[in-house]
Amino acid sequence: MIPELGNFSLILALLLALTQGTLPIIGAARGNLSWIALARPVVQGQFVFLAIAFGCLAYSFVNNDFSVMNVARNSNSELPAQYRFAASWGSHEGSLLLWVFMLSGWSVAVSVFSRHLPDEMVARVLGVMGLISVGFILFMLVTSNPFDRLLPAAFEGSDLNPLLQDPGMVIHPPMLYMGYVGFSVAFAFAIAALISGQMDAAWARWSRPWTTVAWVFLTIGIMLGSWWAYYELGWGGWWFWDPVENASFLPWMVGTALVHSLAVTEKRGSFKSWTVLLAISAFSLSLLGTFLVRSGVLTSVHAFATDPSRGIFILGFLVIVIGSSLLLFAWRAPKVGLGGKFDLVSRESMLLANNLLLVVAAGSVLLGTLYPLIMDSLDLGKISVGPPYFEAVFVPLMTPAIFLMGLGPLARWKQASLPELVMRLRWAFCVSMATALLMPLVMGEWKPMVSFGLLLAFWVIATIFVSIRHRLQNSGQGSVFTRLARQSRSYYSMHLAHFGIAVFIIGVTLVNGYETEKDVRMEIGSTVEMGGYTFRFTGASPVTGPNYSAMRGDIEILRNGEKIRVMQPEKRTYNASGMAMTEPAIDTGFIRDLYVALGEPLENGAWVVRVYHKPFVDWIWFGCLLMAFGGMLAVSDRRYRLKINTKPIETATEEKDGGRAPSSTRLATGGKKG
Amino acid sequence: MRFLLPLAAFIVLVGFLAVGLGLKPREIPSPLVGKPAPVFQSPRLHEPDQILSSKDNLGKVWLLNVWASWCVSCREEHPLLVELSKSGIVPIYGLNYKDKPELALQWLGQYGDPYTVSVVDPEGRIGIDYGVYGVPETYVIDKNGVIRHKQIGPVTIESLEKKILPLIKELQG
Repeated sequence: MIPELGNFSLILALLLALTQGTLPIIGAARGNLSWIALARPVVQGQFVFLAIAFGCLAYSFVNNDFSVMNVARNSNSELPAQYRFAASWGSHEGSLLLWVFMLSGWSVAVSVFSRHLPDEMVARVLGVMGLISVGFILFMLVTSNPFDRLLPAAFEGSDLNPLLQDPGMVIHPPMLYMGYVGFSVAFAFAIAALISGQMDAAWARWSRPWTTVAWVFLTIGIMLGSWWAYYELGWGGWWFWDPVENASFLPWMVGTALVHSLAVTEKRGSFKSWTVLLAISAFSLSLLGTFLVRSGVLTSVHAFATDPSRGIFILGFLVIVIGSSLLLFAWRAPKVGLGGKFDLVSRESMLLANNLLLVVAAGSVLLGTLYPLIMDSLDLGKISVGPPYFEAVFVPLMTPAIFLMGLGPLARWKQASLPELVMRLRWAFCVSMATALLMPLVMGEWKPMVSFGLLLAFWVIATIFVSIRHRLQNSGQGSVFTRLARQSRSYYSMHLAHFGIAVFIIGVTLVNGYETEKDVRMEIGSTVEMGGYTFRFTGASPVTGPNYSAMRGDIEILRNGEKIRVMQPEKRTYNASGMAMTEPAIDTGFIRDLYVALGEPLENGAWVVRVYHKPFVDWIWFGCLLMAFGGMLAVSDRRYRLKINTKPIETATEEKDGGRAPSSTRLATGGKKG
Repeated sequence: MRFLLPLAAFIVLVGFLAVGLGLKPREIPSPLVGKPAPVFQSPRLHEPDQILSSKDNLGKVWLLNVWASWCVSCREEHPLLVELSKSGIVPIYGLNYKDKPELALQWLGQYGDPYTVSVVDPEGRIGIDYGVYGVPETYVIDKNGVIRHKQIGPVTIESLEKKILPLIKELQG
């Protein structure tokens, strides 16, 4: 009964989505006010029905209804309750339902927080989102219904993949999907702007906070995925350039470019068609990621159960959504105009360069990800593309991008002076150079790649200091603190996110340069030394978990002969699936992680034990968190909290956050629009 | 014109994705095809005190089928193998991979034994030489002891009729 209710709600949601995707858009084109007014209530109705559908699925999972195919395949009565709930989105079908549920959540948010937008605009934006929703709900109902029955019912479920039975995995997919789906808002705004031909600073201002929020979710989602891979897979790595990881990283890179491009469009009216293209691309790449994971065209550790009919459906959907929006782009974008002019040396040009670098990097990662498929399609053999390619391409592209990241915030809009920038930043450069050269010595061994990575990181940090100092000198009277308080949140948010990048680079550089790894045979009582720590193995004993049995090793960590803690890595075997899982033990520290995983048992209670010492590895995820906080800070900026009236907004004159450009230039160029 | 470029790039991409849908990326060709089959000497499953050497098969065309009692897909292809062995077209040798002899014997008792001889490979050493990465796998080996074909995954009627049987006919010539 409950699953049928869910199925029925899904069908009703489809009907509402159809309404949402057609009438408001037509209404906006014809000026039919009642059809325009339909957008908001329909969106909210669709949300209610999808919430019911999702609730029904979660109910079936939590209550072990094994007469539902999806539940029987992905859950088990022994599974702890929180994982039974999380199993709702652990399968292909369930994760799709989560996807559309989130899409409707974002749509409701747009319908609520858009009171200051013109109604036709809202109707078009929500209409576009409705059409996307139609595609996904139809996909579910036609090929992957999460409520399909299994009759007669299974006696017991075949269990959730043990890899997914982890708190990190419970929140990683929702975060990631919030990011993917969030880009649909930027996409819908871009399409609405193309349809209406209204592409001005106001459009950029509206879509900017939405894009930033989506970017924040995506950042956190990717971070959680990477962290999960680190502590759950037991290989000690944090990024594998796996096709599915790349599928999440591609929209992130393009989304990052979009966030910056929107800033230029809002403040200077430039880059309009470029921004629109990025908004289309970011969401298209999210959809492409969905296709890659679910169609089976690429091999990946993440792949869902695949089925050719699903692949054909999603490909068709991709062609309709992306193809039509790119066609619309080709048709409308040439009429947009160029916007404010700028010099070769200006903040615009640097942001544009950075944008291009990010997009080229995304293109290279996309090429590497699809290369095996391309080679195979052309019958040129089966190959796989691994980390060496991605690292060889990615690092050289990101190096100038990070250099510009330090330069950009100090450059003036429209026209900057190169000698002035050099003067202002020479100390930042010298300090970062000196630190980069000396720091590796503190770590024990000088390595050129470490020095190089640190140079980039300290360059970013040093330029942040220079920028803030310069800003304070130019912000009137008062003590340092009042002047600090005078700066807008969006100003700090930029630096916080950039600082996050620096922290991230430090983490990556140091862990790559100095990590040590040993695979050792450990008898009971034997020890191994690493990174100034002694690991003593005192044996392994059986333990029983709720749905698994395990061997748990006891490894004492000693520093200077003193015991600091006991680490207990496990080797689990899950009852229902019989799958073996390595559960490493990690001692997290500010400047290092100790990481111990059990390998295979040997005779006489001895084990193969894998021990890692990973300096600064947590800085990688901490850096990502700082970036995400930066994004949140930006969205909480004063100008978004103020009620802005609906009248067309002039580009720069109404700006509340104070110039990133000095006020004189701003006034001189204010109001100039394309 | 330049505004059409993204669309053009997308169309190319869709072309590749559409072709990709029909491909099976998991099927990796074995580098051993066309190379001499790795020689093994291993105890027989039924008579553990007797050793079978793959060299004894020189001069005839034979199949090497990697199987295990724990392998679910092996059950899927098994009836076909039994039928093939009854036809007497080609001798099938079994490589009982990472299995326990008692379970393996029980399994053959239950589903039928198509193998001329099965040899045991409890630690998967022979499997490593042959580049086995999943069970079942089937190798066609010619009179000179050269691997001519590798079937990954269960043998199906289609693969048998379209590839394996014609190849055997040709090799037996």
